[in-house]
Amino acid sequence: MNVEKKRKLESSIALLLSTLAAVFGLFWLVFILGDVLIHGIGALHPGLFLNDPAPPGVSGGGLRNAFVGQVLITVFATLIGVPVGILGGTFLAEYARGTKVARSISILADIMVSVPSIVIGTFIYALLVRPLGHFSGWAGAVALAVIMIPVVLRTTEDMLSLVPWTLREAAFALGAPYYKVIIQVVYRGAAAGIFTGILLSIARVAGETAPLLFTSFNNAFFSMDMKGPISSLTVTIFQYAMGPYDEWHVQAWAASFMITVVILLITILGRLIIKWRYK
Amino acid sequence: MPILKRKNPVDFSFSLVTALAALTILFLVGGIFIVLLRESSLAIGKFGLFDFLLSTEWNPVNNEFGAATAVYGTFVTTCIALIIAIPVAIGIAVFVTEIAPDFLKGPIGIAIELLAAIPSIIYGMWGLFTLAPLMARYVEPALQKSVGKLPVVGALFQGTPMGIDLFTASVILSIMIIPFTASISRDSFNLTPGIVKESAYAVGATKWEVIKDVVLPYSKLGVFGGIALSLGRALGETMAVAFVLGNNHQITSSLFDAAATITVTLANEFTEADTDMYLSSLFNLALVLFALSFVVLAIAKFFLLKAERRYSR
Repeated sequence: MNVEKKRKLESSIALLLSTLAAVFGLFWLVFILGDVLIHGIGALHPGLFLNDPAPPGVSGGGLRNAFVGQVLITVFATLIGVPVGILGGTFLAEYARGTKVARSISILADIMVSVPSIVIGTFIYALLVRPLGHFSGWAGAVALAVIMIPVVLRTTEDMLSLVPWTLREAAFALGAPYYKVIIQVVYRGAAAGIFTGILLSIARVAGETAPLLFTSFNNAFFSMDMKGPISSLTVTIFQYAMGPYDEWHVQAWAASFMITVVILLITILGRLIIKWRYK
Repeated sequence: MPILKRKNPVDFSFSLVTALAALTILFLVGGIFIVLLRESSLAIGKFGLFDFLLSTEWNPVNNEFGAATAVYGTFVTTCIALIIAIPVAIGIAVFVTEIAPDFLKGPIGIAIELLAAIPSIIYGMWGLFTLAPLMARYVEPALQKSVGKLPVVGALFQGTPMGIDLFTASVILSIMIIPFTASISRDSFNLTPGIVKESAYAVGATKWEVIKDVVLPYSKLGVFGGIALSLGRALGETMAVAFVLGNNHQITSSLFDAAATITVTLANEFTEADTDMYLSSLFNLALVLFALSFVVLAIAKFFLLKAERRYSR
């Protein structure tokens, strides 16, 4: 075989292998999503959303408490995490733009984005659960907020940096103080991007389980009291899937289906906004 | 712009509020470190930090604790996951950037990002109900019949295949980090200037030679950074492995045995710790994990920053 043929053959083999790798990757996506879909849709029924859990063996139980708890924890985490993240990102991209402080905080935030979420759970446990003597929905919300802050902060910083500097100068030239420039000009220019960042951070924390295990814990009863332990979908999935009862497994699939669909929809919505705004 | 030289008082207070918000990141990093150190002082005082790391004893009944079994499990699952994930992820990145026709690039990119968005607990549950039985019935016996017969390597595949073991956990972990590594590698590949690739084609290079000798060397910093980032993610992943690892504190040579990782130990035992020493030892594990992943992620960030600086030149 001559050299050219050998090189061509080598090239085709390598390209075939990487195509197979892509097929392999997509195979898992289809496999996992398909499995969740098939098991999940079959398990959906109105009672799931309307009833609270029944004792094992009694039929007709639902997961109303977990749905409500999940929404409560996520909403409060968003209310705590998003303002802090946006303001922090504003500082890095505006008041401290280009300084060493801003760069260091930005790098630290990037690291915090990937820090194991279970470590944050133990941190909040030591801070908010043990001193108070009981698990609470607030502790869960704070734990999720801690995960959200670096995510929102970094996207805000990036999005504000994309707003052209000349736009700010135009506003300065009209005599506006910096805070007015930021709020009325820069935020408006970056609104779509910041909103996407918030959406993606919600998608990120809505599926978190590990930080909730020792903060909001779980609650077999319906509760909207954030001061006490509160049920969440993710922790319920963990408990039900590891449990011995078949009804529990079916409900765990249903809960997984709901959470996957919601998170994927939020993620796709975020991508669409980016595509529409920053084409 | 200097912060303190603002004449407008509203502007000054606004800048102060934003500065405080940005500083929460510092407080969080420092706070996590100090709180975990304080909480684990009891265990460090009794066992010593290095003896704690090296001891294989994990016995809540006798109040004897050591991290070696959990660290071993974390190390093994992460290594195997990376060995499986890296070639696949780079293959996907090559496919998306160099091979796929334009109309496929977008959809495949989105599909990979969706795979990354699925919460880890879904991977874990799917692993328990779907993957583990498949592993126990088909994959693991097949591996035992083939590579399990070889000397030395065969030791890795001993025992009864139950599906709840190091191997299944590593496979799930690798599926989880593939999209992550792939999307960072793809972004790095995309930064290779078209003109450099075209020059290589012009002198007669095949597609593979362009990828191997132009694109990969050009983007290696970014790819390293992406791999280190995935390593950091894999170290701290909890729910994807918690379902299928069995939380069994032992150092085993076979991949078909149940084991424990730092994260799985924390997830299973934290709320059950009944003595102060038990809880303090668990905090010590969390501290070890935090320090470990912090260092790995910092290295990843270093590579990615270096790559960024090189491309922007």
